[in-house]
Amino acid sequence: MDVNTRVRALEFLIQQKGLTGVVETVPTFSSLLVYYDPRAVGYESLCAAIAELVPQATTGVLPPARTVELPCCYDAELGFDLATTAARLELPIDELVRLHAGAEYLVYFIGFTPGLPYMTGMPERINIPRLDTPRTKTPPGSVGIGGIQCCIYSVESPGGFWILGRTPLRLYDADAAEPTLLRPGDRVRFRPIARAEFDAIAAAVAARTHRPVIA
Amino acid sequence: MITIADAGPQTTVQDLGRTGQLRYGIPPSGPVDRFSFVLANRLAGNPDTAAALECTLMGPRFEVAGPLVMAVTGADMPLTVNGRETAGWAAIALAAGDVVKLGAARNGVRSYVAFAGGLDVPLVLGSRATYLRGRLGGMEGRALKKGDVLRVLPSTAGRPAARPRRVTVRAIPDYSAELTARVVLGPQNDRFTDGGIRTLLGDTYEVLPQSDRMGTRLRGPRIEHARGHDIISDGIASGSIQVPGDGQPIVLLADRQSTGGYTKLATVCSFDVWRIGQRRPGQTLRFRSVTMAEAHRLLREADALLETAVREEIA
Repeated sequence: MDVNTRVRALEFLIQQKGLTGVVETVPTFSSLLVYYDPRAVGYESLCAAIAELVPQATTGVLPPARTVELPCCYDAELGFDLATTAARLELPIDELVRLHAGAEYLVYFIGFTPGLPYMTGMPERINIPRLDTPRTKTPPGSVGIGGIQCCIYSVESPGGFWILGRTPLRLYDADAAEPTLLRPGDRVRFRPIARAEFDAIAAAVAARTHRPVIA
Repeated sequence: MITIADAGPQTTVQDLGRTGQLRYGIPPSGPVDRFSFVLANRLAGNPDTAAALECTLMGPRFEVAGPLVMAVTGADMPLTVNGRETAGWAAIALAAGDVVKLGAARNGVRSYVAFAGGLDVPLVLGSRATYLRGRLGGMEGRALKKGDVLRVLPSTAGRPAARPRRVTVRAIPDYSAELTARVVLGPQNDRFTDGGIRTLLGDTYEVLPQSDRMGTRLRGPRIEHARGHDIISDGIASGSIQVPGDGQPIVLLADRQSTGGYTKLATVCSFDVWRIGQRRPGQTLRFRSVTMAEAHRLLREADALLETAVREEIA
């Protein structure tokens, strides 16, 4: 069992048991940040309570994962690094897209900016070092790869990932009742779409009539 | 009702912040100076959680539509009501049509303006706090601008105007005094040389103008890493002292990123985080290491000071 599953299982157990003094938790790839109120619980006793849960923190305790389908347009304009990435990986563009879209990804944590998922599950063949010089602005929805990870930019921000495409869905929408689309532990599948469908979904998202496909 | 005639460079609505959203990448927000914020609410007769204004470097000018009790705390911004100088750190009874103005801060960075009842903006994810970068909460997710109209919730505190409150002289911070912020080392102190740790704890750091609600950027002697400045990204606490490759520390505040990939040498104790948020660009500060047990004892002392800070005047 991988370390991230144990992190998420431990977080789930801490929330479920409602440990005294715990304010909130932040899972990342291999660690769990636990915010607590030292007025309500001492450091040693909280550590002991958490340590007791660690052996139980296994895949079995986690609720079934959601699978979220993300439409993604892999064209040269939206996936502005597609050609360079393909050249660098010595792959035809079609093959790069096929490999990227063919995998199932796991959101192992959300961080950096609101709703930005860090995902594993990328085929080894398309692993690639991050950009030497990060770009200063990456449009929201941009789907990028770097190292062994895939991420999706949730707001316009700097970034060091190679951009292969863009999803018309909003990973972060300040005006929605639930502003972030993805959660830690979600499974993600990309569905390649043409530019016309991208534009149609983007319009539906803007009109708030689009419902993401979540199973 | 409050009508903003002039908003100042960055005036936002804040409450004590939102919890439970960091795991989705959304920071708590809330006041950078929690101490002054809580006192403003207590002066106004509010619960600590009520929404109030945070003003940055220069305050707003606004008019109130009806009688209202207000309290101003934090940075020393010259305060006038209808042009007449008025003292801060006290409850002030306003009448319909009164015009309040907070000028440029002479000391400190952020001041807080609370109104009896608290500001009425929609709750977003359980909080009224503004997260500017995420355009979330507060007044449409943004800083106030000229012409904004803010509503005030009905006050539950009875008639606070009849019992004027003020903060005791002893509890009012002196932002021009030297500052030594208490820190607990970790979580990545093992990624620094002994010399690097001594640099942070022994030298003086200057606050840079690029500082904001996300973090206070500091400049000073380079803090030496033992092996690399990158880590597998992990969570960032309030007060985390992040040291990237250039060896210059950043203290992370209310609007911080939820996770990050730079080493964190120490964490500023919660009871000192607000002091750093009140440091002006060019001011300096130092750090001192305390144990976890000492930090918790100091927290109780800070709580006790807060409990006795507001006094009701005897008529």
